[in-house]
Amino acid sequence: MPFIPHTDADVKAMLKSIGVNSIDDLFDEIPEKLRAGKLTQVPEGLSEMDIGRLMQTRANQDGAYINFIGAGAYEHHIPAAVWEIVSRGEFYSAYTPYQAEASQGTLQLLYEYQTMMASLTGMDVSNASLYDGASGLAEAVLMAVRAHTRTPGTGKKTARKILMPSTVHPIYHRVVHAIVANQNIELVEIPHCTEGGHTIPESLRQYEGGEFAALVIPQPNFFGVLEEVDALTDWAHAHNMLAIGLVNPTALALLTPPGQWGAKGADIAVGEGQPLGAPLSSGGPYYGFMCCKEALVRQMPGRIIGRTVDKDGKPGFTLTLQAREQHIRRSKATSNICTNQGLVVAASTIYMALLGPDGLERVAQACHANTLALVDRLTAIKGVTRVFNRPVFHEAVLRLEVPVSETLRALEAQGILGGYDLAEHYPHLGQALLVCATETRTQEDIEQYAFHLERIVSKRRLDPPCAVKTNPNA
Amino acid sequence: MLIFEQSQTNRRNPSQAPLVKAEVKDIPEKFRRKKRPLLPEVSEMQAVRHYTKLSQLNFSIDTHFYPLGSCTMKYNPRACNKLAMLPNLLGRHPYAPESTGQGFLACMYELQEMLKDVTGMKAVSLTPLAGAQGEFAGVAMIRAYHDSRGDKGRTEILVPDAAHGTNPATAVMCGYTVREIPTDGNGDVDIESLKAAVGPQTAGLMLTNPSTLGVFEREITEIAKIVHDAGGLLYYDGANLNAILGRVKPGDMGFDVIHLNLHKTFSTPHGGGGPGAGPVAASSRLEPFLPVPIVGKVQDKYLWETEKTRPKTIGRLSANMGNAGVLLRAYVYARLLGREGMHRVAEFSTLNANYIMAELAKRGFDMAFPKRRATHEFVLTFKKLKDETGVSAMDFAKRLLDKGFHAPTTYFPLLVPECFLIEPTETEAKEELDRFIAAMEEILKEARTNAEIVKGAPHTLPVKRLDDVRAARELDLVWKRTG
Repeated sequence: MPFIPHTDADVKAMLKSIGVNSIDDLFDEIPEKLRAGKLTQVPEGLSEMDIGRLMQTRANQDGAYINFIGAGAYEHHIPAAVWEIVSRGEFYSAYTPYQAEASQGTLQLLYEYQTMMASLTGMDVSNASLYDGASGLAEAVLMAVRAHTRTPGTGKKTARKILMPSTVHPIYHRVVHAIVANQNIELVEIPHCTEGGHTIPESLRQYEGGEFAALVIPQPNFFGVLEEVDALTDWAHAHNMLAIGLVNPTALALLTPPGQWGAKGADIAVGEGQPLGAPLSSGGPYYGFMCCKEALVRQMPGRIIGRTVDKDGKPGFTLTLQAREQHIRRSKATSNICTNQGLVVAASTIYMALLGPDGLERVAQACHANTLALVDRLTAIKGVTRVFNRPVFHEAVLRLEVPVSETLRALEAQGILGGYDLAEHYPHLGQALLVCATETRTQEDIEQYAFHLERIVSKRRLDPPCAVKTNPNA
Repeated sequence: MLIFEQSQTNRRNPSQAPLVKAEVKDIPEKFRRKKRPLLPEVSEMQAVRHYTKLSQLNFSIDTHFYPLGSCTMKYNPRACNKLAMLPNLLGRHPYAPESTGQGFLACMYELQEMLKDVTGMKAVSLTPLAGAQGEFAGVAMIRAYHDSRGDKGRTEILVPDAAHGTNPATAVMCGYTVREIPTDGNGDVDIESLKAAVGPQTAGLMLTNPSTLGVFEREITEIAKIVHDAGGLLYYDGANLNAILGRVKPGDMGFDVIHLNLHKTFSTPHGGGGPGAGPVAASSRLEPFLPVPIVGKVQDKYLWETEKTRPKTIGRLSANMGNAGVLLRAYVYARLLGREGMHRVAEFSTLNANYIMAELAKRGFDMAFPKRRATHEFVLTFKKLKDETGVSAMDFAKRLLDKGFHAPTTYFPLLVPECFLIEPTETEAKEELDRFIAAMEEILKEARTNAEIVKGAPHTLPVKRLDDVRAARELDLVWKRTG
């Protein structure tokens, strides 16, 4: 019996102690008509060797591609030590640290994580993680609505509108809507500049007047473009809104952290933690980080670790401010979040410790340089142009003369994932493609991409109505 | 010692980062960071040693019996971790086309099919990232269902007073008000109170069965009828599915929507607080509202079903498709167990719980519901012991740590004073249960003969009892360099 250690003798002795004749008797309180028949869609059990073979076959089937997709999830090198340590049973198989004295390892690690993340974002405090960047942004929106106070004389009802630039990840926008709309919170989208691909601070005048609780400020934005974060933050504060910074943690090694945006800094910083040590893994598990100003800490959702002392005065760590949380406050909690993404946070903490400030900066620099090299190389091809003229970080939008989806399919046949097709979310940009080359891409990868793209584009130009032939060698 | 206290300016790990420092010229100065973040500057070995040592301060399933009620701390098979971390699976980008993920998607599709069978529901979405997000999805679907019928007057969700805190918190996040339903003296939902509470304002009822009191809700069919007759829907909190896996299907009990905690019943690791996975399963009337994406199959090809093919969906709950790596671990676990193995989960988790309950009752412990069968867990109360000796459930729990056992859940369910909620799971051997029972008996004796040793516990852990009040009053949430 897989993972059940009982011998027949054990079972017999245990039943005798309980005073029943069979295991079935233990279920005698369950009404007869509810007792299910056999499972029909669950196959017979496999041995570890058999399931190993099956999983290896399936992994092989999926292959390994040269990846130029970013769009919120980034392929970075993860030092070998990171998941070696994280996979230790003492981290891997422990629960949420409710019994602090028996969980000092996890608790101290999380306190160190909070310190690193607060410093990286330039904020006062950090929580111990949310689910992912998108749902983290939803929590930031809910937090902003809770924390927002109306300008005196503008009515009593709380502000329930949020300004969301169209340069925020479009799927984040959907996720935030799905989570906050149930509480009658409305997201108002701000159009972006068609030349710059950013939010124009002067265009915000129409939103002045006190209806909004917060402005979301992505840096870099979904297009990789850098936003005028100082002006946007100051504008939000001047009009009694909270400023929510949505940031890429790798970028923060190079870019001004949200805590230092404008005169007062952003109020809340959130983002996707995946770039710091989590593998792409088809989209999860990742984690959302959230940091804020100290004054807002009691509105923050999620676990928070504090340092305290034991009864002998020795320092130790414990879950704190639990009065915000669902297991204490129930319907009045700041969020329903319980389980978060602890193990991935452990990976991030070790990742940051191994890289240090210099290592993380090198990673950010290399990603950025590779993306620029990629953009330069691809835009040298006739029919490939850059869409926006503003500075970017490690991601950029290109326009093709040929349909993007066909081109991506043709590249895929060559073992290349060429980027993220913007057609669905940004049809007004035309045949646009978001590309990214992290530090893991080599000059040779970039050359291969360019070689195949050039061929596909020129072929298509010569012979437009035909389907693209994907593999000339076949 | 903190990692920061081992840090020295300019100590580097050259092999962990790109060897060449690329120059960045095109980012204008006004966007640039002026001061480096406070990250540790330690060697690889210092980091490895530090975090290895930290890990050794933890109790975990791999090192200790961990009978934490309502948390299902069963063994996490190593094969699940290893096989979910095969390089191609780890390397796959979430936005890579479906054609490059047929192997991965096949696993997800089959997991959906198995979960449909286990829950007795029509369809499954794997996307919720944890139990509470699965709850959110379920209640949001109930709301979307009522809205789709123009039934706008349903503003209230009913929650038994024994429920997990996430239930009322979730209902509020979905824009509902919460009404609590009391529990009767035997641990069942009080039917008369329920009848009095339902009405045209009732959107639904959130229920765990077995309940958090460690007993099976016997009147579940009657409860379902009362709620359905009032036009409400039933949501099943799958936190306690381990007790009935393969024996009772929530769909047969009349539930319309259910979430499962794969990090409980399907043995994915708890990781010191996640990641979990909280798939949600729905009956046919709620199926259209399931969160996307969902894995579909057309002929032999697997594909993502999205907003386009499921226009009534409540939408997306994460940027991608859920905690894929956790789902893969659950898939491997389900395939290792197979059909027979799954039936045995409920049998042996229930056997273990009833055995500990019987043995502890013989040793003078007070059960909260002595006339009831234990399910996969049970509740005992130290109310009398505290009155007699001053030893609280918390003291007792801390003393268990000294004896090498993780403490059971304490002070939950809130209805039972000074309680323990004990859940041994099916993966513990009888010898371990016997050692636990012996330790419990020893502590009971200590409480009566030398109460101070219990009240002062723990004595043998890395720290003694921590000052939680100070932690909350004098907030120290980030380390600051002094001097």
